[in-house]
Amino acid sequence: MAALRVLVGVKRVIDFAVKVRVAPGGAAVQTQGVKHSLNPFCEIALEEAVRLREAGAATEVVVATLGTKASQETLRTALAMGADRAVLAELAEGAAAGPREVAVALAALARRLQPQLVLLGKQAIDDDCNQTGQILAAILDWPQGTFASRVSLEPGAVQVQREVDGGLETLRLRLPAVLTADLRLNEPRYATLPNIMKAKKKPLEVVPAADLGVPAGPPRLRLLQLQEPPPRAGGEKVESVESLLGKLRHAGRI
Amino acid sequence: MTAALLLLRALRAARASPAARGLRTAAPRRAFAKELFLGTLRKEEVFPYPEISNEELAEINQFVGPVEKFFNEEVDSKKIDQDAKIPPETLQGLKDLGLFGMQIPEEYGGLGLSNTMYARLGEIISLDGSIAVTLAAHQAIGLKGILIAGTEEQKAKYLPRLASGEHIAAFCLTEPGSGSDAASIQTRATLSEDGKHFLLNGSKVWISNGGLASIFTVFARTEVVDKDGQVKDKITAFIVERDFGGVTHGKPEDKLGIRGSNTCEVHFENTKVPVENVIGEVGGGFKVAMNILNSGRFSMGSASAGMIKKLIELTSEYACTRKQFNKKLSQFGLIQEKFCLMAVKAYVMESMAYLTAGMMDRPGFPDCSVEAAMVKVFSSEGAWACVSEALQIFGGLGYMKDYPYERYLRDTRILLIFEGTNEILRMYIALTGMQHAGKILTDKIKAIKKGNMGVALGEFLTRLQDTLGRKVDLGLVGDRGVVHPSLQESAKKLEENVYYFGTTVRGLLSRFGKTIVEEQLVLKRVADVVINLYAMTAAISRASRSISIGLRNHDHEVLLTNIFCTEAYFKNNYAMAQLEKYADENLDDSIKKAAKQILEKRAYICSHPLDRTF
Repeated sequence: MAALRVLVGVKRVIDFAVKVRVAPGGAAVQTQGVKHSLNPFCEIALEEAVRLREAGAATEVVVATLGTKASQETLRTALAMGADRAVLAELAEGAAAGPREVAVALAALARRLQPQLVLLGKQAIDDDCNQTGQILAAILDWPQGTFASRVSLEPGAVQVQREVDGGLETLRLRLPAVLTADLRLNEPRYATLPNIMKAKKKPLEVVPAADLGVPAGPPRLRLLQLQEPPPRAGGEKVESVESLLGKLRHAGRI
Repeated sequence: MTAALLLLRALRAARASPAARGLRTAAPRRAFAKELFLGTLRKEEVFPYPEISNEELAEINQFVGPVEKFFNEEVDSKKIDQDAKIPPETLQGLKDLGLFGMQIPEEYGGLGLSNTMYARLGEIISLDGSIAVTLAAHQAIGLKGILIAGTEEQKAKYLPRLASGEHIAAFCLTEPGSGSDAASIQTRATLSEDGKHFLLNGSKVWISNGGLASIFTVFARTEVVDKDGQVKDKITAFIVERDFGGVTHGKPEDKLGIRGSNTCEVHFENTKVPVENVIGEVGGGFKVAMNILNSGRFSMGSASAGMIKKLIELTSEYACTRKQFNKKLSQFGLIQEKFCLMAVKAYVMESMAYLTAGMMDRPGFPDCSVEAAMVKVFSSEGAWACVSEALQIFGGLGYMKDYPYERYLRDTRILLIFEGTNEILRMYIALTGMQHAGKILTDKIKAIKKGNMGVALGEFLTRLQDTLGRKVDLGLVGDRGVVHPSLQESAKKLEENVYYFGTTVRGLLSRFGKTIVEEQLVLKRVADVVINLYAMTAAISRASRSISIGLRNHDHEVLLTNIFCTEAYFKNNYAMAQLEKYADENLDDSIKKAAKQILEKRAYICSHPLDRTF
């Protein structure tokens, strides 16, 4: 079988269960000492790639991320879930990156590694941008299948079922292609402890982000301000439908 | 009292001979606790607080994620408790995660975790009591014998499938007539004519995993011929496979708590056990049993701490939202006291557990059995108190099965009973320490009698300084002190307590001599004091490190440490004052007298308050 390499892009984000707080200054979220983990949609993308390899449709799964040194632990988790090797496009401590910067890095890696398929999560749960996959496809000039809920490889092509507002849409894309994973694509496996130990021996390459053409300086997307939502005001119970309508009209809602 | 006496004799024998662990080349290092009985605090053993390498830390943090995720998503503790069973899918998930072979070396398919890393994972596993006990019964005791005393052939044959969970192990020591008095077991193994196998006969009771296991570590009496040709009955440890035949088990016991853990009777009827399956030496089984039990005990500290930390999260949510009398519960002093109690207990338990684990992980196989016992006693009682208070915070809701607190309470109660009842362990702690002190002091007296002026002078000076009221300085604080200055107060209290303790022990030994083994009420106070001393040491050592390296919230740690040390200091002083008194002054005699009167009649003997004589 011809070599079919899959490149999976992942992101280290604040764990979904954490109660996020705005850091003093209102310019960022508190990240010091807060639990981080692999972005859930990236997990789903990685799981799909590993399943493709296990089914024999793919030959190698390479996982990559753009981040600071701390992202190495995220890559180790990905290796424990079944990726064959990992690449860290390393940013300096304190540097930030947005979807465009990530796409530039992944594009450079794609030109280096020549994958037939790039799988990403549809969005990260911290910024909910939903842009990286699309920008990446544009840079590489590859076809894209976003919000994938089913993926099947065919010779030279990939069939993608997408979840769109109107329902489900199925596309056939020529390879190489960029896909982004949606929630119902699969259920990711647990990284078992024996696999975590085996992952220690798998190769993890560190490449400075600048070497991949990631521009130095602040990201294209600038965060202007962050504030917590206003505290929830109490609700009110009314006795009848009329008084409900009255209250709503009074509050200018209808 | 014979139970403790036999236990002590056996342990003395156990320590004297080469260890069950195969490769020990040096004599066991005198670990920390026993020296406390001489009024000495061996700083080098406990300062600085043990650390693990960055690599190990990164690795253990990697492990924590998947295990936590599994327990949060796949474990339905309520259902396990109701059905009194762990669902097969959950059990399989645990096996796939690798949790059945945590301490089995990598070469046999396990994870090869150190004691510290095992304790860390224990914090998460304890979120479900039944699963925690099932895993502990399998690896902390069930297969531990093979790990620490097995031959290479035995390890290669059994460990791989035990690591994957294909085979589950169980530890078979307890019998209906032999619980705390383990040396009195009656199960018998007789050597066959051809000397190739033993025939095992007997019944074991309350065996965790008894119904699930296919590999059993069984303890039985065997006839051993002594060096002088005398035939003695000694205990031997065996690896018994269910496939050997004659192995049956009873129905699962209906328990108060840890209901998902399988506990049942296991019967052996003419089970053929090949001689190759003896663990250690024939007749050396008791030693093996004690080593197994001693090696797993410390992890109760981290497991309990993990559970209490979770309880603090759950209950604080409620306390900060529920309002009564127009104030949040969290604003009331009595509620605040409960949170402080839980945090202090959890902090001290953690500190003790990881200090002990760190000591055990040091090269040279140090003997930390007394320290581990202290961790077990403190943690089990601390956990019980904290769970009770957590339930209390919820009031009526805490009592309802809709909330998990009643289940935590029921699951926690067993901690004071199994793995050595707290009563037995207190006797063990006190007697081991006092025996050590007694030996050292006897040696000193012998030296003086022989005319060793140096020793005599030293002792005289010590007594003189005591009467002149010397200031205690054990090197914890001051210019070359190992403790951070912020903890000065607590460290001074610890030093004072340790010194006073040494004097108290000396006094008790000279007053009672060997008959001290009979004085349980005295020994209980001794044990309580030394447990507090170890706890204070662990907390101070950990807090000192936290400040020195600048961990987040280290000032909170100092606060908790100071609270604990102050309370413990006063409790210790009271206990030691009671110990100085004779039995008729300190209520011991009255207590025994009252008990005797009650037990004679086997009932409460007071006349009813409404009774008349006419």
